[in-house]
Amino acid sequence: STGVAGGNDFQWCFSQVKGAIDEDVAEADIISTVEFNYSGELLATGDKGGRVVIFQHEQESKNRPHLRGEYNVYSTFQSHEPEFDYLKSLEIEEKINKIRWLPQQNAAHFLLSTNDKTIKLWKISERDKRAEGYNLKDEDGRLRDPFRITSLRVPVLMPMDLMVEASPRRIFANAHTYHINSISVNSDHETYLSADDLRINLWHLEITDRSFIFEEPEDPSSRSFFSEIISSISDVKFSHSGRYMMTRDYLSVKVWDLNMENRPVETYQVHEYLRSKLCSLYENDCIFDKFECCWNGSDSAIMTGSYNNFFRMFDRNTRRDITLEASRESSKPRATLKPRKVSTGGKRKKDEISVDSLDFNKKILHTAWHPKDNVIAVAATNNLYIFQDKIN
Amino acid sequence: MECAVDAQSLISISLMKIHNSRTQRGGIKLHKNLLVSYVLRNARQVYIKEKYAEIYRMQQYEEVMTVCNEIQELNPLELDAEDADDEEQARAACCGEEASLCGTACHRDAAQQPAAHGRAASALHGCSPLEDDHKEPEPSYYRSCCMEASPVSHCDQFPANSSAHCNKTTVLDLDTHVVTTVENGYLHQDCCCDALQCGQSAQSPAKKRKVEFGCCISDAEEVSDFTAARKRAKREDCSYSSPDYTDTSNISNLISIFGSGFSGLLSRQADLDQICSKQVLASLGAWTRAIVAF
Repeated sequence: STGVAGGNDFQWCFSQVKGAIDEDVAEADIISTVEFNYSGELLATGDKGGRVVIFQHEQESKNRPHLRGEYNVYSTFQSHEPEFDYLKSLEIEEKINKIRWLPQQNAAHFLLSTNDKTIKLWKISERDKRAEGYNLKDEDGRLRDPFRITSLRVPVLMPMDLMVEASPRRIFANAHTYHINSISVNSDHETYLSADDLRINLWHLEITDRSFIFEEPEDPSSRSFFSEIISSISDVKFSHSGRYMMTRDYLSVKVWDLNMENRPVETYQVHEYLRSKLCSLYENDCIFDKFECCWNGSDSAIMTGSYNNFFRMFDRNTRRDITLEASRESSKPRATLKPRKVSTGGKRKKDEISVDSLDFNKKILHTAWHPKDNVIAVAATNNLYIFQDKIN
Repeated sequence: MECAVDAQSLISISLMKIHNSRTQRGGIKLHKNLLVSYVLRNARQVYIKEKYAEIYRMQQYEEVMTVCNEIQELNPLELDAEDADDEEQARAACCGEEASLCGTACHRDAAQQPAAHGRAASALHGCSPLEDDHKEPEPSYYRSCCMEASPVSHCDQFPANSSAHCNKTTVLDLDTHVVTTVENGYLHQDCCCDALQCGQSAQSPAKKRKVEFGCCISDAEEVSDFTAARKRAKREDCSYSSPDYTDTSNISNLISIFGSGFSGLLSRQADLDQICSKQVLASLGAWTRAIVAF
């Protein structure tokens, strides 16, 4: 079988890593969101410093056809700056909470990026030609005196080095009292939602008057001080098919059939061994970490992050799961990733890592799966790892 | 099962988180504070239940001591001095006794309030009143603070003239960052009727008769000065080896001797039943643990 999570034929291997290597991580460099566009050609990241970096997939090289093309920097721009709300005496963080691509309708690419308070629509366009030979201004842009013009000429388009420009087209501000945590583009491609902790805003709405509540009844035997925190949902994703929905809470991922709202159809434990550590995780604030989850292109597998730079994949068909690590050590080109295991019992086998040795500062919150291929992007603090399947 | 967690420390930690969020960059995070408030609520519920259990247990002890003294006057028994280190037996006996006392009341209460009992029993390790072997039950994830000497604040220690009306509120000063417990009661006496303070319980139990149940049952945040209280608790822990211990172990031995017939000697059984039924007695998981009275 060729399941993407630990199937016999399937193996993930390292492709690329982006970002600085030093141990000392600048706060601004911490990646806060990762998103492929609809074709998978572009991969956008946002960071705590308010910057957006877009990577583009290069075509396969003719010289080395056995390698998939690589992702290289396509555009970088400052999306948000820190602001100060003088009325409330509050600083507004510039951290990019979410990036969402709009489907491509012309040559330019559009994306929405948001911080806590302001959503911006950015147009990313390429410019590889330049008009030369203007009448009213000369080559360095200075205006010419109209009275000095003796003849007219038609400007000519001349090739130039490719320039990728990002320009803000819309700014949606002052619409949220609380912190915006997510945005979602509607399937009609004309409207989108933005949500903060209490409310959801519709931009260019179409109001639907039907709503469903998906809720699983609580298991009373597992009640604890932290029941509410660990059942709090940190991410929701529709499947590509539109039939299923996936939710991530602190310890598990659940797949819901949209036709059945009383319980999930599948539940996957991400790191159940943390259940006995909830008190410490509450003290050090790790219990508030909001992990995301994502589907693969065919909805046959799901992926989510964990601690110690581990991330997990679950194959819905084969029911197999795998734990992999995003680390510099396994970052040799085309090196196959070795499955990792956390030992939960008393005896720790070789190559296993015990729960107490896990580094809770190394957390993988953001992951993205290419919409068509088996290529994944995993954000580990300030590094972006790209992995792909082994081409046999 | 989660690790054993102290309700009081969770309350302190949660309050500090809420306080710190005011100065976090980007402003107060609503969702995080909401989640913290859930933990605070859960911990407070457990803490209050434990308080009730403790108050009930203290009153039980008062009754026991009163009757003990009366009986001793009538018929002074020559008892072998308990080995000062044999605290387990003494505790177990006392615990067993009180467990059986609570048992009858517990079951009665369960009949009256089955829902509450059931729910609390599932949340906390339930009362096992009728077991003869007093082995330590598995720690539930709401571990009672009675395993260590409880940080009973002064407000809970009733002065000799027990008509004290004691109100207690806790204030978190957001400017000076100080948590203070404001008590409008009487003196802050170190009341020796606090069963959890080692070595002092023998001293004048007969004085402490009335229990003010109105005290400290308020909807305001029931947070006392935990840090100081926990330090005090640690100090008290060390006094197990104090010379007074021998006396208290004698007393517990007395109780064990009377065994099941002891309940008939209590004149205020009816009152106790009433009190039992008013509180959430499913939290009598505290009963099955060693009563750290001696």
